[in-house]
Amino acid sequence: MINFQYLRTTTAKSALALLSKDKNSKFLAGGTNLIDLMKRGVTAPEKLIDINHVPLKQIEQIGDKIVIGALASNTAVTENAIIKEKLPLLAMALNAGASAQLRNVATVGGNMMQRTRCGYFYDTEMPCNKRQPGSGCGALGGFNRMHAIFGTSDKCIAVHPSDMCVALTALDAIVVLAGAKGERKILFKDFHRLAGDTPQLDNNLKADEMIIRLEIPVNNLAKNSYYLKVRDRASYAFALVSVAAGMEISNNKITDIRLAMGGVAHKPWRLTASEDFLKGKEPSIENFEQAAKLAMTGAKGFGENDFKLQMAPNSIIEALTVAKSKA
Amino acid sequence: MQSSDQESNHGDSRRDFLKKSSLITAIALTPSVAVKAAENQADERFAELFEKIPLNLTVNNKNYKSAVEPRVTLLDFLREELHLTGTKKGCDHGQCGACTVHVDGERVNSCLSLAVMNEGKKITTIEGLANGEELHPMQAAFIKHDGFQCGYCTPGQIMSAVACVNEGHTNSRAEISEYMSGNICRCGAYPNIVDAIVEVSKGGIKA
Repeated sequence: MINFQYLRTTTAKSALALLSKDKNSKFLAGGTNLIDLMKRGVTAPEKLIDINHVPLKQIEQIGDKIVIGALASNTAVTENAIIKEKLPLLAMALNAGASAQLRNVATVGGNMMQRTRCGYFYDTEMPCNKRQPGSGCGALGGFNRMHAIFGTSDKCIAVHPSDMCVALTALDAIVVLAGAKGERKILFKDFHRLAGDTPQLDNNLKADEMIIRLEIPVNNLAKNSYYLKVRDRASYAFALVSVAAGMEISNNKITDIRLAMGGVAHKPWRLTASEDFLKGKEPSIENFEQAAKLAMTGAKGFGENDFKLQMAPNSIIEALTVAKSKA
Repeated sequence: MQSSDQESNHGDSRRDFLKKSSLITAIALTPSVAVKAAENQADERFAELFEKIPLNLTVNNKNYKSAVEPRVTLLDFLREELHLTGTKKGCDHGQCGACTVHVDGERVNSCLSLAVMNEGKKITTIEGLANGEELHPMQAAFIKHDGFQCGYCTPGQIMSAVACVNEGHTNSRAEISEYMSGNICRCGAYPNIVDAIVEVSKGGIKA
């Protein structure tokens, strides 16, 4: 690992001041992705600001919002009684990701900031527009079995690797960011970006900003929620396709519905058209099939990942069917 | 790694060679400001490049005061500085679990944690499980159920297994498999490892 300068800080204010002072510094939270990337030479920050002692670990309900601090560990979230009861979709998604060891250390904010696991991004001998803008995309005509089918560009077809972020997109979470000028809030679905012409940018966090907390509106989806993750082995692998599904069913009608997919795009992929179609309809297999068909509008395979064009709609139908049957 | 194997033929073991060569590198790169005391908490000054940062750790109930470069992982610190080589380096990228240790009672991959991130924490490694000559129940269960073949992943498996029991994720064989999925065993001893965990969990053993 290329050496770096290190500093511990204990307040968000001081962390932000240090960050704005030096453009080549990065925050270090759990480190489970950043340290790996530094070992592989994919990134080499000159300075690391260790923010693990900044008090941002709260998990609590405040009014009609559930608030989760950016430095709460994945395990702290999944084992929290409020999360288990009111946001089981989030707990399921988190438990589907990584391993128990990693979840003990990895944070909510760090999960949002993790980089793609595209092999070309990780291999510094290969072209990659995300790692080195202008060098090309190795995956476009290469090994792209794990890659995107939605919202791709001719610069990058990488996917966002997170499970947690798929659930948070579906749950209409709000991200609270802090910068030198104070706090701002953005919708979770607007936090991550599509690759477009700037695949080096994963998200809309500004260079001098810090993730402070998430605010998730309380909902009535808990009873009929399911996170389906399809992967190459039973556990501890990134998603080929994943689906976060949450429904509120009343008198055999879908009164609220949330659907988002992982493993298919450069950001968590919310299925708005499918949601709009299902709202007010019966939770029937025919309607689920129609919603899955609608979800696939604009999907495009790149050879090795063509199987996702069938796996994705099948996964949507499966996730909705399981979510419904939980009632 | 390959070249060091060849060069180590001059009467030294491979481990001795690696130790010596890393020491030489450290001397070559360490400027005179090294090991300058820096404050531990909330220091508002970045440590200089290659400056060693003071580190206080409790490992297996023993206190250690040391100083390390920030890039040293907890795994390398345990193995190379404290010579606690029971914790294994497998993939070194958080994918295999061979380096699993407990930090303040929770299992973590020591290869993906910088030593300096663990200031003031309590670490337990495989060397700290047994009570003198008396094996920890999980160690005994791994032997009884033949929970290993080559043994390389075993320290990580056992540390993870102890944590799995303490966490209460042992309600079924499927749950045990899920919560042990961060530990890879290339010999494929998985069914026997699950047998060992089932036995210990039924005994209500706490470590």
